[in-house]
Amino acid sequence: MSTNDFNSTPITPELVKEHGLNEEEYKLVLEIMGREPNINELGIFSVMWSEHCSYKSSKKWLKTLPTKADWVIQGPGENAGVIDIGDGQAAVFKMESHNHPSFIEPYQGAATGVGGIMRDVFTMGARPVANLNALRFGEPDHPKTRHLLSGVVEGIGGYGNCMGVPTIGGETNFHASYNGNILVNAMTVGLADTDNIFYSAAAGIGNPVVYVGSKTGRDGIHGATMASAEFDDDSEEKRPTVQVGDPFTEKLLLEACLELMATDMIVAIQDMGAAGLTSSSFEMASKGGVGVELWLDKVPMREEGMTPYELMLSESQERMLMVLKPGCEDAAKAIFDKWELDFAVIGTLTDTKRMVLKWHGEVAGDLPIDPLAEASPEYDRPWEPTPKQDRIDAESLSGKMSHVDALKTLIASADLASRRWIWEQYDHLVRGNTVVRPGGDAGVVRVEGTNKGLAATTDCTPRYVMADPVEGGKQAVAEAYRNLVATGAKPLAITDNMNFGNPERPRIMGQFVGACQGIGEACIALDFPVVSGNVSLYNETNGVGIMPTPAIGGVGLISDLGHHATIGIKRDDSALIMIGAATGELGQSLYLKTIEGREEGAAPPVDLGAEKRAGTLIHELIELGLVRTCHDIADGGLLVTVAEMCLAGNIGADVSLPEAGSEAAWLFGEDQGRYVIATRDPDKVLNAASSANVAAVIVGQAGGDAISIDGGDQVSLSELRELNEGWMPSFMAEAV
Amino acid sequence: MKSAVILFPGINRENDAIAALKQATGIEPTLVWHGDTELPKTDIIMVPGGFSYGDYLRCGAMAAKSPIMRAVSERAKQGVTTIGVCNGFQILTEAGLLPGALMRNASLKFICKNTHLKVENADTRFTNLYGAGDVVEYPVAHHDGNYFADSDTLDRLEGEGRVVLRYCDVDGKIDPATNLNGSQRNIAGIINEAGNVLGMMPHPENAIDPMHGGTDGRNLFKSMVEAAS
Repeated sequence: MSTNDFNSTPITPELVKEHGLNEEEYKLVLEIMGREPNINELGIFSVMWSEHCSYKSSKKWLKTLPTKADWVIQGPGENAGVIDIGDGQAAVFKMESHNHPSFIEPYQGAATGVGGIMRDVFTMGARPVANLNALRFGEPDHPKTRHLLSGVVEGIGGYGNCMGVPTIGGETNFHASYNGNILVNAMTVGLADTDNIFYSAAAGIGNPVVYVGSKTGRDGIHGATMASAEFDDDSEEKRPTVQVGDPFTEKLLLEACLELMATDMIVAIQDMGAAGLTSSSFEMASKGGVGVELWLDKVPMREEGMTPYELMLSESQERMLMVLKPGCEDAAKAIFDKWELDFAVIGTLTDTKRMVLKWHGEVAGDLPIDPLAEASPEYDRPWEPTPKQDRIDAESLSGKMSHVDALKTLIASADLASRRWIWEQYDHLVRGNTVVRPGGDAGVVRVEGTNKGLAATTDCTPRYVMADPVEGGKQAVAEAYRNLVATGAKPLAITDNMNFGNPERPRIMGQFVGACQGIGEACIALDFPVVSGNVSLYNETNGVGIMPTPAIGGVGLISDLGHHATIGIKRDDSALIMIGAATGELGQSLYLKTIEGREEGAAPPVDLGAEKRAGTLIHELIELGLVRTCHDIADGGLLVTVAEMCLAGNIGADVSLPEAGSEAAWLFGEDQGRYVIATRDPDKVLNAASSANVAAVIVGQAGGDAISIDGGDQVSLSELRELNEGWMPSFMAEAV
Repeated sequence: MKSAVILFPGINRENDAIAALKQATGIEPTLVWHGDTELPKTDIIMVPGGFSYGDYLRCGAMAAKSPIMRAVSERAKQGVTTIGVCNGFQILTEAGLLPGALMRNASLKFICKNTHLKVENADTRFTNLYGAGDVVEYPVAHHDGNYFADSDTLDRLEGEGRVVLRYCDVDGKIDPATNLNGSQRNIAGIINEAGNVLGMMPHPENAIDPMHGGTDGRNLFKSMVEAAS
C-alpha cells in the first residue's frame, strides 16, 4: 500500500474477516461510522475490538470481582493497580500475559512481556522494584519444551536484568495441555509517592499530545489481533507480529519519565502497549472525555515509507504517549534530549470527542471515540458448569511405593524439582534491597530507606481449576495469601492474569465463570481485593485448549523486617508444627498423579474462614517474633513441605505418622489452608493456635542430616538435594 | 573522604554502589554523568555495574570511549583509587586501565548467585582489612564475566601479585568445579601495575548489610577508605 491510497483500498468482506471482525461486529462498525470505514479506520476497529483490548467475552464477569478496600488507591481500569503502604508511599503493580508471542518467538515474546508490564507500572509514576513471573510449558518430553523454556527464561532475564529490576519470584509448571500454548505471565511491583501518581485521562483542550521513546517501526502490527485467536499449524508464520525489545531504551525511558514526573508538567500519560498508538490515544481521550487530532506524519519513524495504517497499529516497544501542560514542551524535551530519546508533539486535544488522523494535512481517518472505546461489543457467552469429580478415597491407592521412595520421586519430578536453573539467570539482587530471594514462599524486597518490606508472589494450581473452577479459583487466591503470610506479610491486594482457552466453547467459558466466582469469594473472605489484571483467551491450538490458569499475583506488606520468616529450618531441636486441619485430600494431588499415575478426583476444597483464621494467626506469630521459620503446605503435601524446609536450612527432620487413617493421605494429601512452622517453644504456638480456634499439631522434630518417617525409613539431605536440584539442569542439558 | 560514582545511562547498580560508599565514607558520593568531561576532586572513583550503553556491542566497549572515561583514565594514572565492579570491570579493561577481557560466561547464561572468593593478595589498598587466604562471600550477577588474558599476561599478573580474588569453594579450594564462569585461572578480580585500580566481577556492594545475608563486602570498601585517608 502506498502512503496515500487509504481511501481507495476496497473494504471487501475478506478484508473485514482478516481483521478479525465478524459480520455482527462489522454491522456495528457501519452503524457507528455512518459510512464504510477506510482501511485505517478498519484497522483501528480491528484492534480496539479484539478480545485482547476490549475484554468483550470477559468483562461481564470481571465486573463481579471485588476491587475495594481502605488501602486501595486505584483499582482495575488504569495501567496498574495502586495500594497504600503507609508513610506516604504506594505499591503499584500488575501482571500481564505475553502468551501468544512467546510461543512464536520465546526470547522476544517473553522479553517484551516484561518490558510491557514494567512500562505499565512506571507510567503510573512508580519505580519498578521487583519483577515476578508465572510460566507454563508443555510436558518436559515435548520436542519444543526445552527450546521454549530456555528462550523464555533468557528473554525475561535479558530484559529485567538490563533494566536493573530484581526478579524475586515466580512459578513454573509443565503439562501437556500447554504443548501448543505456553503461558508467560509477567508481574511488576513498583513504588510511588501517594501524592505523585499519574493517570491516563487526557484533559485540557488545546494541550499538546506528545510522543516519547523509541521510534515506530513495522514490528508487532496486529499483535493484539493475533493474541485474540486460536493457533493452528501455520501460527509460527506469524513471527513478524512479535515485537522486538530494547531494554536499554526502556531503561532510558524509565529514567526520563521519572525525571519528568518529578516536575509538574504532565497532565496524563499512557504507555503504548498492545495496539500501540491506537489503544493509548483512544484510552486517554475516552477517559478524559475529549477529542484528539493526531498528526501522524510527525510520529518518529524507524523506516521510510510507513503508512498511517502501520503507524496506528505498530506495537513497537518502549514508547509513551503524554498530554503536557501548555508551554512545557521545551522543558520536557530537554529531559528526553538528555536521555537521547525521541520527543515529538504529534497532536492536540480537541473538544470534538472524535479521533481525527491527519497525514500531511489530509484526513486519513475520522472516528468517534466513545463508541469505539466504551461501546465495544460485550458478550454474555453461553457457558456450562464443570461437572464435579468424586473425592478420592485413600483405599483406592495401590500403596506400591514406600513413603521415602515416594518423597524421592516427587521431589525430583518436573512439578517439584528446584527452579534454581531458572532464577539464577535472573538478577534477583540488583538495587540491594532483596531480603528474601527466589525459592521461598514469596520474594521480599525492602522498601528503600525504611525497615518495611514488600512481599510478592505468583500462584495458581491449574489442575485444581480444571477439576473444579470455583474451588480452584479460590485456591489460587488463598495460596497467594498464604505465601505472603508465610513471610510475615499482611496480604493487601492481588492482580489476576486469566489464561483460558476459546471462550466461544461453553465448557471453557464455564471454567472462566467458575474461576471468577471462586476468586471473588476468596477476595472477599480474605479482604484481598483485585486491583489490576489481564485476560488472555484463545489459548488453544487445533482445538486443544490449555488447563484453565487464573494466575494470581499477590502483594503484602511486612511492617518490620526485623520480624519476618523464611522457609529454611534454622535450629536443631525445633518442633515442627502443622497449622491448619487435614483430612487427607488426595484428589488432583501430585502424589496421585506422579506415584499412582492418576490425574483425577475432586480438587481440595478451600475453607475460607479457616484460611483467614490460620493466616491471621501466622501473621501475628511472625510479627511478634515468635516464629522465624514458616512454609505453606502446597503441591506435594506435608512431607514435601518439610523436605523443602530441611533442604533450605540444611537441617534434617523426623516426621511422625498419624495414629489412624491413611499414611499416604496424611503425608501427601493436599488439604488447603495449612502451614508448617518450626519453633523451640511449641507450647506457646499451640496455645496461641488454640485460642485463635486454629487446628495445630506437632508433626515432627528438626535435627540431624536426614529426613526420616516416624524414626524409621530415611533419606539423607544430600541425596534429596541432588534429586531436587539435579532434575532441571540435566533436563535442560539433554539434546533436543 | 570523597568518592565519585560514574553514571552511564544504562548503569543499574549505582544505588548499591552509593550505599556501600556512603556506609564506608560517611558521606554521599558525587554522581558524575557520562557526558561530563571533568571529574570533581575525589579520593575514590567507582564505576558500577549495569549495561552502560546497552552493551549490545562488546560489554563496556562504547562506555570506554565516552567523554568521562578520559578523565577517569587521567585520574587513575595519577594514582587515584579506582574500582570497577562487573560492568565497571568490563569498562576498565576496554579502556585499557586493566589487562585482559571479559568474555561470555562459559555456560552462556546469566549467573546470579553467591560465590566464595579467595583473597589472594591482602596487601592492596582494596583488601588490606582481609587476611591473605581469607575466603569471603559476595554475590555475582553477570552474563560476561569470563576473564581472559594470554598466558604471558596471566603469568605476569600472578607473578606480580595482581590477582586479588579468585573463585573458590567455602574451604578456599580453587579448581574447575568452583570456577563459575570459566575465567582463566579462576580469576575474579585484578589490579593494575601501580595497584590503584581494581576490577572485579563479584559485587561486594551487595554484601554490606545483614539483610543481604552477609557483610563480607564491607571490608573492601573500608580498606579503600583507610588506604586513601
